[in-house]
Amino acid sequence: MANEPCRIGRRPFIIGSLIGIASLGMKGGVSSVFAAVPSTADELKQYQPVFFTAEEWQFMLAACDRLIPSDREGPGALDTHVPVFIDKQMLTPYGKGEDWYMEGPFDSHASLLFGYQMPFPLQVLYRKGISLTNQYSRIKYNQNFCDLPARMKDAVLTDLQKNVADFSQFGEADLNAGYFFTRLLENTKEGYLADPQYGGNKNMAAWKMINFPGARASFPQWIKIHNVKYPLGPVSLSGEQA
Amino acid sequence: MKKINDAVDVIIVGLGWAGSIMGIELAQAGLKVRALERGEDRLNSDYAYPKPADELAFTKRHKIMQSPHDAAFTIRHNASETALPMRELGAFRLGDGVGGAGLHWTGMITRPTPVDLKMKTYADEHFKRGELDEELRIADFPVSWEEIEPHMDFFDKVCGSSGETGNLRGVIQQGGDPFEGARSNPFPNKPLEDSLNATLFRQATQEMGLHPYSMPSAAVSVPYTNPYGQQIAPCNYCGFCQFYSCLNYSKASPQTAILDRLKQFNNFDYKTRANVIRVEKHADGKTATGVTYIDENGDEVFQPASIVILSTFGLNNVRLLLNSSIGKPYNPITEEGVIGRNYTHQYGGGFTLFFDNLEFNPFATAGPTGTVISDYGTGNVETAQLGFIGGAKIYSSQPTGTPMAAAIKKGAPSWGSGWKKALKESYGHSMGVKLEGSNMATRGNYLDLDPVYKDRFGMPLLRVTYDYVQNDLRMLQYMKEKMEAITKHLNPTQYSHNILKMDSHFASSPNYVNTHNAGGAIMGDNPRTSALNRYLQSWDVHNLFVMGANAFPQNFYANPSAMVAGLAYWSAKAIREQYLKNPGPLVQA
Repeated sequence: MANEPCRIGRRPFIIGSLIGIASLGMKGGVSSVFAAVPSTADELKQYQPVFFTAEEWQFMLAACDRLIPSDREGPGALDTHVPVFIDKQMLTPYGKGEDWYMEGPFDSHASLLFGYQMPFPLQVLYRKGISLTNQYSRIKYNQNFCDLPARMKDAVLTDLQKNVADFSQFGEADLNAGYFFTRLLENTKEGYLADPQYGGNKNMAAWKMINFPGARASFPQWIKIHNVKYPLGPVSLSGEQA
Repeated sequence: MKKINDAVDVIIVGLGWAGSIMGIELAQAGLKVRALERGEDRLNSDYAYPKPADELAFTKRHKIMQSPHDAAFTIRHNASETALPMRELGAFRLGDGVGGAGLHWTGMITRPTPVDLKMKTYADEHFKRGELDEELRIADFPVSWEEIEPHMDFFDKVCGSSGETGNLRGVIQQGGDPFEGARSNPFPNKPLEDSLNATLFRQATQEMGLHPYSMPSAAVSVPYTNPYGQQIAPCNYCGFCQFYSCLNYSKASPQTAILDRLKQFNNFDYKTRANVIRVEKHADGKTATGVTYIDENGDEVFQPASIVILSTFGLNNVRLLLNSSIGKPYNPITEEGVIGRNYTHQYGGGFTLFFDNLEFNPFATAGPTGTVISDYGTGNVETAQLGFIGGAKIYSSQPTGTPMAAAIKKGAPSWGSGWKKALKESYGHSMGVKLEGSNMATRGNYLDLDPVYKDRFGMPLLRVTYDYVQNDLRMLQYMKEKMEAITKHLNPTQYSHNILKMDSHFASSPNYVNTHNAGGAIMGDNPRTSALNRYLQSWDVHNLFVMGANAFPQNFYANPSAMVAGLAYWSAKAIREQYLKNPGPLVQA
């Protein structure tokens, strides 16, 4: 069971394709070009994770899909390649804990008022968190997280968030479920809203949805124009427009 | 074996605002000056457009901040707890590298008031014995408004401050802050433009009979040349200011306002990645011989100097004093000792107002845009009957408009479709009504060396013992009522707030509070209760001067930079005009 690849539902694929068309339309392209451009979903399928194992990657795809689903409101975490963002973050100094103070002694059970107090970097936190969530999922629903139907995935995520899932029953002394969820959710939102150079926010779709102009960074006229919706789409740090 | 550098007249430790000011003032006097900076060099060319327009790098990954890996702090609420390290940046974020906090600051250049400088005198005049909490340790600054104002005035010229003058040489001016201390000159430049939230706040508070004025800004509103001949371009409201280096050469920084000029002096140089671990003393303990640092190769180097200036961030100054055994460490039980006492932080918080039908375009902004009222500042309202001393400015600004920082409607789910819908509805449709509140020093909030945790050079970390002050929490409850009244007057679709409650405790992480730490090596008239005299000269080691907010006996309701810089100019003047002629204590104890 654990090694079986999970299936991601069809819905995100379709929406991803539609976004591909929409962005082409904006640039004045016609539908005949459509076949030449891979959808964001196809690109995500082709992505080879640099940090996560195949099983972990399936978890990440499934979890991000539930945290920011694709729906009529706008693109989801998979359309915008949030799992790619998190995978790439794992090999940065942040993911490796190189910017943090990581000398002991550690008190993993300290009050949350003191922030992060665990004896491992983010990489290890994810590795443990994914494995423990799958264990929890197997005990509760007899399946790995990624194989569960959406409703049950949401139930597991809620159990993590509320710290109902007890990781200590699996012998984990330092990491609690609520903290793993907090970090997973924070990184997911970062991937959704950061500049596309980091792997997420594919096609700046999240910025377009909320009307954030990205790295335009010059508004000497617009500071004086009040209560009028800003008309231009976003640009990225690399100069890409959407 | 320890390396030894050539001797210099003045060694400056830390090249932020205070270090740059001391550097140029003492280099102009003809002294051979060298600065040592722990972090990287940071040149303007490294921050050209579009590099700073990156929320992940600067706000979330703290690209120009001191990483806890390099220097963490340990935190506890009281002396009976075990302190824990702030392992990733949380409640406060210190600058790192050349420019220090002056590179990432928001650029609000608010001054303290004459009352803030003489708080003990004010307390004695306005409160009966026993009316204030016994734990408070309020003290006067040992300088008068008249002494320090000309130096803050000069710093305003260096930055090209943009604002509305409220009190010009004692005459109240229309449109400015009527509660401010008398200015010797008007602001060099006109205020920044109001964003929509600032306009709404201005209008509402005016209708309520309050006194709104434009946030004093160190991002210049018009093209400007400062007294050092540095040309500064007008702000283009790029939206990346607080925690970012300015991509437009507009927000004053040590780089743009001072360093480009200072680097032209042949008698000034600086070394980066030079991590000072100790001030060295003569055998008699009365003078410093120089400093020891670890260079970029990990070698220990002794830098001889006739005058030592500590101008690292205030907290790091205190740590250096403690690690150098200069001055007696404070003991909170006996209240003896001077290094570490009167540590204070500052209060923030506010209301978030959501307007479904207004477009705020939050990305079109500068860090210091906004409108403010000082009507509830210390001394501007009688608080003896309310059980607290202190006050707050209340303001609406739009410090950054980036999406990860966006407020989300009250009651919205934190994830899933509901979160996304709320993000869409919230982003660009909210404004803040915020406060910046004073923080009184107490007997029990203090700094010392951590007995357990050390840095990568084996030096003990600084331990912060701090919790919220009851006096101040009462102040916040009062401000909450006032802010709620303004909020209701503005009539939003819905609103939420995050004002601390009476039973709240300090959280060192993960949430950011602010970086306005103060105290720990305070200035005063008495060497038994202060570390520094009125010229920021160490009482114990006369050729050691310590610049920074560590000198504040308590924290006021303004941003610290104007006062930190004013004190640096004041101290530099004393060194130039008095100390060089006759080295020794400038004040007889």
